Amino acid sequence: MPEPQEAPVAALKEATQKYGSVLALDRLDLAIRPAEVLALLGPNGAGKTTTIQLLVGLARPASGSARLFGLDPRKRSARQRLGAMLQVGKVPETLSIRELIQLFSSYYPNPLALDETIRRAGIGEFADRRFGRLSGGQQRRAQFGLALCGNPDLLVLDEPTTGLDVESRRALWAAVRAFRARGGSVLLTTHHIEEADALADRIVLLARGRQVASGTPDEIKTAAGGVSLEEAYLALTADPAHATDSCQEAA
Amino acid sequence: MSPASRTFALEVRTEFQKLIRQPGFALPTLGFPLMFYSLFALTLARQGHAGGLGFPTYLLGTYATFGVFSTTLLAVGVGVALERGQGWLQLRRTTPMPLLTYFAAKGLVSAGFALLVVLALSALAVGFGGVHLPLWSWLRFVAILTAGSLSFTALALAVGYLAGPGSAPAVVNLITLPVGFCSGLWLPIELLPKLLQKVAVALPPYHLGQLALAPLEAGRRESPILSLAVLALFSALCLGAARFGYLRDRGRTYG
Repeated sequence: MPEPQEAPVAALKEATQKYGSVLALDRLDLAIRPAEVLALLGPNGAGKTTTIQLLVGLARPASGSARLFGLDPRKRSARQRLGAMLQVGKVPETLSIRELIQLFSSYYPNPLALDETIRRAGIGEFADRRFGRLSGGQQRRAQFGLALCGNPDLLVLDEPTTGLDVESRRALWAAVRAFRARGGSVLLTTHHIEEADALADRIVLLARGRQVASGTPDEIKTAAGGVSLEEAYLALTADPAHATDSCQEAA
Repeated sequence: MSPASRTFALEVRTEFQKLIRQPGFALPTLGFPLMFYSLFALTLARQGHAGGLGFPTYLLGTYATFGVFSTTLLAVGVGVALERGQGWLQLRRTTPMPLLTYFAAKGLVSAGFALLVVLALSALAVGFGGVHLPLWSWLRFVAILTAGSLSFTALALAVGYLAGPGSAPAVVNLITLPVGFCSGLWLPIELLPKLLQKVAVALPPYHLGQLALAPLEAGRRESPILSLAVLALFSALCLGAARFGYLRDRGRTYG
């Protein structure tokens, strides 16, 4: 793998994490570069959510390190340029989206104006409704607004489009692309292979807590023998030993 | 307004709106003390006496104490447990939110609801119970109970961090009802069996009750220093337990 030219926005170094006797991450190295969309792809239990928890400061690696803008993510100051959307993250149902965004904006030194957040997240139609009265897709987009409102340099999105209908998914993709076009970095996890294909500048494929492949969507397809991304995904996550070789070829 | 005080003001507003819009919170916390007061102090036992006082005045003191105790546990304890379970607290922890501001806002808003309970009970007592209190005594009574709410915030945080989100409401009821009873908040302490009277001295709500009864010229004249010391020590222990629960949560789904 070539060394990144610029300092990464966020990085894991030899990060290992265990839950009881289960190894969730096994000495994982990962770097998110400025202005790139990095997709983490992998089957359930591959370590995607654990990776995110370490990078946003919700957990500390058992060994190795996690860095966010060069700092320990568990420091408050490290999270001033971060916006996150977690898989769970139910919001109190009796509060309106506008009220929630006002509150979250106040945590950041340099937030977006309220109307700008609402515009960029595309949630104008239901900004005054209470969270509990929104559809699942609208709730997801409202959560995206909460991630965006602090005007972050890095967006971390854990399965942002799970359960969304096609229109909401496309709207969210457009918002992610617009964020990236302004120079922001994005780390996202997904189960939708075509989502990674459509959005990501680079894909990291995880299986059993390890990286089994990394590269642009095209590189990953080539590494698996010029097949579709879905077939490459299946081939690479099934046999980690072989996949590691392919990954080095790809890089 | 400085950014920190703006955050605090917004946290307070958010917490207040969240609770007031939730009928499952506002109705029982305000409704139960008022209902029991009407039932016992104003109707069934109106002619009774305890500690040298008529029931309407005496029970104003103890029911108000009970209202403060249960309101704080419901607002802060169940609130934190639910927000952990929903992942709302975890999402907030990915922001640069100052955690202390979040807790302080919860404590302040629950003290505000406690104050409402005390005011509503006082109105009922004066309006329908024939209770007369000098203004200065009443103001002391209100101040003691509102401040007393803060001493239960620590217990509420401990419940919020140690109880599961599903079981927190049951845990709160299991604490408030029997402890309230044994602390002499339901029935005057003099009417309880001798053994329970001895147990009560170890219970923090008993001590807040005694502090609240003092301006009403009732109660068992416990030393206020002793009562304050019990409440302070208890709060410190609960803060330690809450911290344990908070650290245990790190990196788990709840947060």
